Amino acid sequence: MSKGSRIGSDNKVLPVVCILTLIVIAWYGFSVVLNAPWEYDKAKRNSITLTTTELVSNTWSQKRPKLPAPHQVVREIWDTTVNKKVTSKRSLVYHGLITFYETIYGFAFGTGLGILLALGIVYNRATAMSVMPWIITSQTIPILAIAPMIVVALGSLGFGGLLPIIIISMYLSFFPVVVGMVKGLKSPEQLEIDQMKTWSASKTQILFKLRAPRSTPYLFTSLKLGMAASLVGAIVGELPSGGGSGLGFRMLSGSTFGNTLHIWSGLFSAAILAGSLIAIISVIQRVVLKRMALEL
Amino acid sequence: MQSEVIKVSNLDLTFETNDGPVHALKNVNLKINKGDFVSFIGPSGCGKTTLLRVLADLDEPTDGDVAVNGVSPRQARESRAYGYVFQAAGLYPWRNIAANVKLPLEIMGYSKEEQVKRVQKVLDLVELTGFEKKFPWQLSGGMQQRASIARALAFDADLLLMDEPFGALDEIVRDNLNEQLLELWKSTNKTICFVTHSIPEAVYLSTKIVVMSPRPGRIVDIIDSNLPSERPLEIRDSKEFTEISQRVREGLRAGHSNE
Repeated sequence: MSKGSRIGSDNKVLPVVCILTLIVIAWYGFSVVLNAPWEYDKAKRNSITLTTTELVSNTWSQKRPKLPAPHQVVREIWDTTVNKKVTSKRSLVYHGLITFYETIYGFAFGTGLGILLALGIVYNRATAMSVMPWIITSQTIPILAIAPMIVVALGSLGFGGLLPIIIISMYLSFFPVVVGMVKGLKSPEQLEIDQMKTWSASKTQILFKLRAPRSTPYLFTSLKLGMAASLVGAIVGELPSGGGSGLGFRMLSGSTFGNTLHIWSGLFSAAILAGSLIAIISVIQRVVLKRMALEL
Repeated sequence: MQSEVIKVSNLDLTFETNDGPVHALKNVNLKINKGDFVSFIGPSGCGKTTLLRVLADLDEPTDGDVAVNGVSPRQARESRAYGYVFQAAGLYPWRNIAANVKLPLEIMGYSKEEQVKRVQKVLDLVELTGFEKKFPWQLSGGMQQRASIARALAFDADLLLMDEPFGALDEIVRDNLNEQLLELWKSTNKTICFVTHSIPEAVYLSTKIVVMSPRPGRIVDIIDSNLPSERPLEIRDSKEFTEISQRVREGLRAGHSNE
C-alpha cells in the first residue's frame, strides 16, 4: 500500500513533465512551419533573404500568427488578466467569470435534476421504464444543433441573458449524474437491504441511512464528469446566444476576426477553469470518502 | 413458561430458477418454546438459512403455516419481534460502533437518551465497552460480529435469529464467542435460533438441535439436549456430549443415504 502509493505520486510528475516538454517542442516546431509562408512572402516583397535564425525568431513573434508560439499565448493571457481591468470586455477574467457563473449554475441545476431523476428511476418502475430511454436519447442529439433552438425559444419567451446558456449547461451535466446516482443508489448489498427490512425500516429511512451514504463515491465521480460537461455546455451555449461575453464568445470572435491569440488564450483559460473546478471536487471527494471510510 | 414462540406446520417452499424449480423446504414441522436455544444444522443446500429467512419474513413460503409469537412472520417483523444476525457483520463503515448499534434504535424512533442508555447496555453485554468511538475497520472480525450481535439485542426483541454468525471466524475466536453467547442467552432469557454447519457448535450451544438434509430441504431429526445449562468448554469431552454428537452425525448421514 505505502509502496504503491509512493510510486504512484512520485513517478507521476516525471511522465507528465516529459509529455509536456514534447508537446511544447512540437508546438514551437509547428509554429515555425505554419507561420513561415507569411514570412517568406514578406521577405519576397521586400526582396530580402532570411537567415534561418531570423525566420525562426520572426515566426515566433508575429502579430497575427496562424499558430501562436506558447510564450505568445502566455503573454496574451498575462496581458488580458493582470494588465486589464476586470470589468473591461478586453479582460479574460471578465469573460472567465461569466463562463464560471454559467457553469456553476448549470452544474447545480444539472446535479439537482440528475439526482431527482435517479431517485425516480430507482424508486418507481414506471419512471424507470418511461424516462430512461428519453434521457439516453437526449444525449445522442448534438448539443450544437439544439443549443441555438434553446436560445431562440427561451429568447422569444423573454428569457434572455445567461438563462438559456445555463439551461444548455444543465442539459449536458445532468446525464452523468443520473447514470452514476442510479448505480450508486442501487449499490447497497442485498444483506444490507435485508437487514433494514428486519428492522421494518421505511423507504425514506433506507434512502437516507443506507442508499444515500452508499452512493457517495458514485456521486463524486458523477460530479466531476458533470462539472466538465457543464463547462462545455456553457461555452457551446455562448456561441449562438450572441451575448458578447464569456470564454466561448471570446473564442468565437477570435475565430471570426482571425485572431488566433484570442482563441488560444480563451481555450487555455477554459482548460484552467475546468481543471480547477474538478480539482476542487477531487479534494472534497478525498476528504469526505476518507472520513466515511469508503473506497475511492 | 412453556409458551410457544414459533410454530411451523407443513411448510413448503419452492424457488423458481432458470434451471427449473428448486425444492428448498419440504413438509417442515417445528415447535420452538420460549427460552429455547435451537440450532439448525445440515450441509449446504438443506434449507436451514431459508427456514430462518422464512421465520424472519425475508422469504415467503409456498405452502404451510408459520406463526411467530402467534402471528404471521410479517406481523412479527413489523412489530420488531426479532433481532437478526447475518453471517457478515454488515456494519456501516461511516458509522462508529456506537452509531452502528444505535442504527435500529434510530429507525424505530427511540428517544435520544434511551438510545444512549441502550447502546451502553448492549455494548457492555457483548464486552465492547470502550470501543464506542472506534470504526468497524479498526476492529477484528470477532469484535465486529459482537457489535452486530449487540445491534440485534439493542431493541427489545425476545427472539434472536442468527445465521451462521461465527461461520467466517477462526476456531479460537469462535469458542470464545460461543461461551459468551451462552452467557448472554442465560442472562437475557431470549429464544435463539442459530444456523450452523458445525456439529460441536450446535451440540455445545443448544437445548434443541434440528438436523436437516438437502434435496429437498427437510428436517430429519429433532434432538432435545440433556446437557446441563451450566456448560464449560470442557463439557465437549463428556460422554453425553459425544452421544448427542453421534446422534447428530447419524441424522446427517441418514439424510444423505437416500441420494
